Amino acid sequence: MPIRNKLVALIFGVGMLILIIDLVRRKRLREEYSWLWLMTGSVILLLALWFDLLKWITHLVGAVTPSSTIFLCAFLFLIFISLHFSVVISRLADRNKDLAQKIALLEMEVEKMKRNSQNPCTVSE
Amino acid sequence: MLVLIPAYNEEIRIASVIENIRKHFPETEVLVIDDGSTDRTGEEASKSGAGVISHPFNLGYGTALQTGYRYALARGYDRLVQMDGDGQHDPSCIGDLIAPIEKGEADIVIGSRFLKRGGISPAHPPFRAPLIRRLGMAFFRTVTSLIIGQKITDSTSGYQAMNRRVLEWVSGEKFPFDFPDADVIIMLHRAGFRIKEVPVRMFESQNRKSMHSGWKPLYYVFKMLLSILVTLMRR
Repeated sequence: MPIRNKLVALIFGVGMLILIIDLVRRKRLREEYSWLWLMTGSVILLLALWFDLLKWITHLVGAVTPSSTIFLCAFLFLIFISLHFSVVISRLADRNKDLAQKIALLEMEVEKMKRNSQNPCTVSE
Repeated sequence: MLVLIPAYNEEIRIASVIENIRKHFPETEVLVIDDGSTDRTGEEASKSGAGVISHPFNLGYGTALQTGYRYALARGYDRLVQMDGDGQHDPSCIGDLIAPIEKGEADIVIGSRFLKRGGISPAHPPFRAPLIRRLGMAFFRTVTSLIIGQKITDSTSGYQAMNRRVLEWVSGEKFPFDFPDADVIIMLHRAGFRIKEVPVRMFESQNRKSMHSGWKPLYYVFKMLLSILVTLMRR
């Protein structure tokens, strides 16, 4: 691998790792969602430093050039992380639903209590 | 007994629906779930003497039902009747719907517009819908009937009655938030509940923005097939 390629890949890999760790540090990214990104950064670094591994994977998946292996990995990663986000969104939507239901039910209780306390003749349940 | 009505933008019809119920069952508590309506559905229902729970935003028909189930469960109701807020369901049939529950013959009773009473179809006027929708309904009621091994004639009916054991189940997390019909019947059957259908009268609802419009029918078919499939795969 030409040294220029290696340098660019190294810079990207290290830059990505620093960015992710900084996001976690500033509480902008939750630890539980950071692992996938950290793994990606690490893989970029690993492949940049260890070109033989990339060549071996290229041979393994039957690709012709190492660059197609990189594209394949990038593509698979994007699909996987989208799926991961769909799962997270589904969970959030479920919790959102439960919360909204609970708020609606509590609101009714509060209204009822307010009415009862305004009218001292009403016996509360 | 609690009568549960999920409603979304039904300010014109909701009051008459509630008054109709009160006419037949003056003692019954009526609960309207205002599913984030942008009109005065909640106020109208409240003025008519119903209890109102308002969702902070639109959460869908299934979720609106479930909010009502959770309320009924928390308040210790033994029986619940659910009906639509658009005046489609005839309240005079509530008695027929709840009778099998009271006699202990069934855990959930579905009001069917297609089941014939004394040889006469109860739909009045006769149920009319576009061919494609009738085909869809026929398909799903056949699938449902085959899977549960019991004839179901109206799997899309939202006019139902249930006892407390079913109430506990539908308050849980497996209850779907959109289009809960055929799949719920199958889930309930698999959970071991006894299902019964009784004939009810349904009116054609006027100028209703159907929940089956635009791309919805396509999504409905997809969702229902997937939901039934994963239900069958669950243990």
